[in-house]
Amino acid sequence: MREISCQEITDTVARLCIEANYYLGDDVLEALRQARENEVSPVGREVLDQILENANIARQEKTPLCQDTGMTAVFLELGQDVHIVGGGLYEAINEGVRKGYREGYLRKSVVDRPFSARINTKDNTPAVIHTDIVPGDKLKITVCPKGGGSENMSYLEMLSPAAGRQGVIDFVVDCVDRSGANPCPPIIVGVGIGGTTDQTALIAKKALLRPVGQPNPDPEVAELEAEILERVNRLGIGPQGFGGRVTALAVHVETFPCHIASLPVAVNIQCHSARHKEAIL
Amino acid sequence: MKITTPLTDDVIGQLHAGDNVTITGTIYVARDAAHKRFVEALDRGEPLPFDPRGQIIYYMAPSPAPPGKPIGSAGPTTSGRMDPYTPRLLEQGLKGMIGKGNRGPEVREALKKHKAVYFAAIGGAGALIANSIRKAEVIAYEDLGPEALLRLEVEAFPVIVVNDIYGGDAYEEGKRKYKMANDQ
Repeated sequence: MREISCQEITDTVARLCIEANYYLGDDVLEALRQARENEVSPVGREVLDQILENANIARQEKTPLCQDTGMTAVFLELGQDVHIVGGGLYEAINEGVRKGYREGYLRKSVVDRPFSARINTKDNTPAVIHTDIVPGDKLKITVCPKGGGSENMSYLEMLSPAAGRQGVIDFVVDCVDRSGANPCPPIIVGVGIGGTTDQTALIAKKALLRPVGQPNPDPEVAELEAEILERVNRLGIGPQGFGGRVTALAVHVETFPCHIASLPVAVNIQCHSARHKEAIL
Repeated sequence: MKITTPLTDDVIGQLHAGDNVTITGTIYVARDAAHKRFVEALDRGEPLPFDPRGQIIYYMAPSPAPPGKPIGSAGPTTSGRMDPYTPRLLEQGLKGMIGKGNRGPEVREALKKHKAVYFAAIGGAGALIANSIRKAEVIAYEDLGPEALLRLEVEAFPVIVVNDIYGGDAYEEGKRKYKMANDQ
């Protein structure tokens, strides 16, 4: 049994909220630089230059990359031998979000009563928290601020098993096509295949946590990723939708077994401001 | 091309889809919640909290301003969500909008009819865009927090013309140029 205090969790979450919003990951920067080399459209190249310059400014001036500092998704890997002390785990996470969004001058973008009055909760809570229980005595925390623009371009469909591999590809490519410039291309496309629908959507989002462009370790899935990426980049949407060959930096597919009657597919799109930071306590 | 506010019909006539433009002058900031209130006010026969004639609205909600800065990060939000409210504002004399993402056919028709232009700012370049904003003040709807109506003073604010008054569309033209068939 190893004790981890709520205070340490709160302070860590606060720090991760700020770091995720100010400092774009090295894998994302590298993917954007590669995109700049590969893009043939002059407007597209100019857009990528500005995106890279923006990341530089944010880092130097310690200011958010994007004004949409997102609704906060938090993924926990909680070791079975961890004992949380000093309060409730989820309350500690939310207190960390509250603290980080206050101290980091991050935007409070969460409203209650989504279907009616839409009242701002004023502190960017509640966070959306997903917890996996794993062996061991560590707590891994991954904080992902997810902007509304990209999140609004999310899709889930129950394909018929007869649709098969081609049906999955056509669906994902169509989703990207329909989204156009709205999710701030160049995007990363998260795809979930299988599970029951709650799981399908969850693995599509978890797919976005992988380092950009790292293929799925399963060769058959990696091949699917490559084929979808090729098709997506033929759409011609380009950086910020002004036309170009780089619409997506990567496609990440995660799969899970599913029911014999189903072929569920979820698409969760990540904008170029792909923000997530992690810590292990 | 450099333009200043308020926008005149003469300047608007010179703008074409795809043009890189910088804007200097006054820009108003409003998005979903403020637009709903604008239209509610118009429906009640009340004046808007600002005079839209010749002006530009920027669809944006900034992150909080750190001490010593006029504004936080300030990139555009997705314009399509404001489509239902836009034709009413164009009727009131609004001449420009800045956002990102395409507008629907009704808005594009209204732009031609009322001789107004839709510009895009680079989505996600919030820190870069903030550097062209010299001053920001809340002029109405303070209770909306980040969605309050703001007036900005900007200098060389970089945008791209998406929809001009001639039916041009930078998104459609760009895609047409770079789209590749699956058998190519």
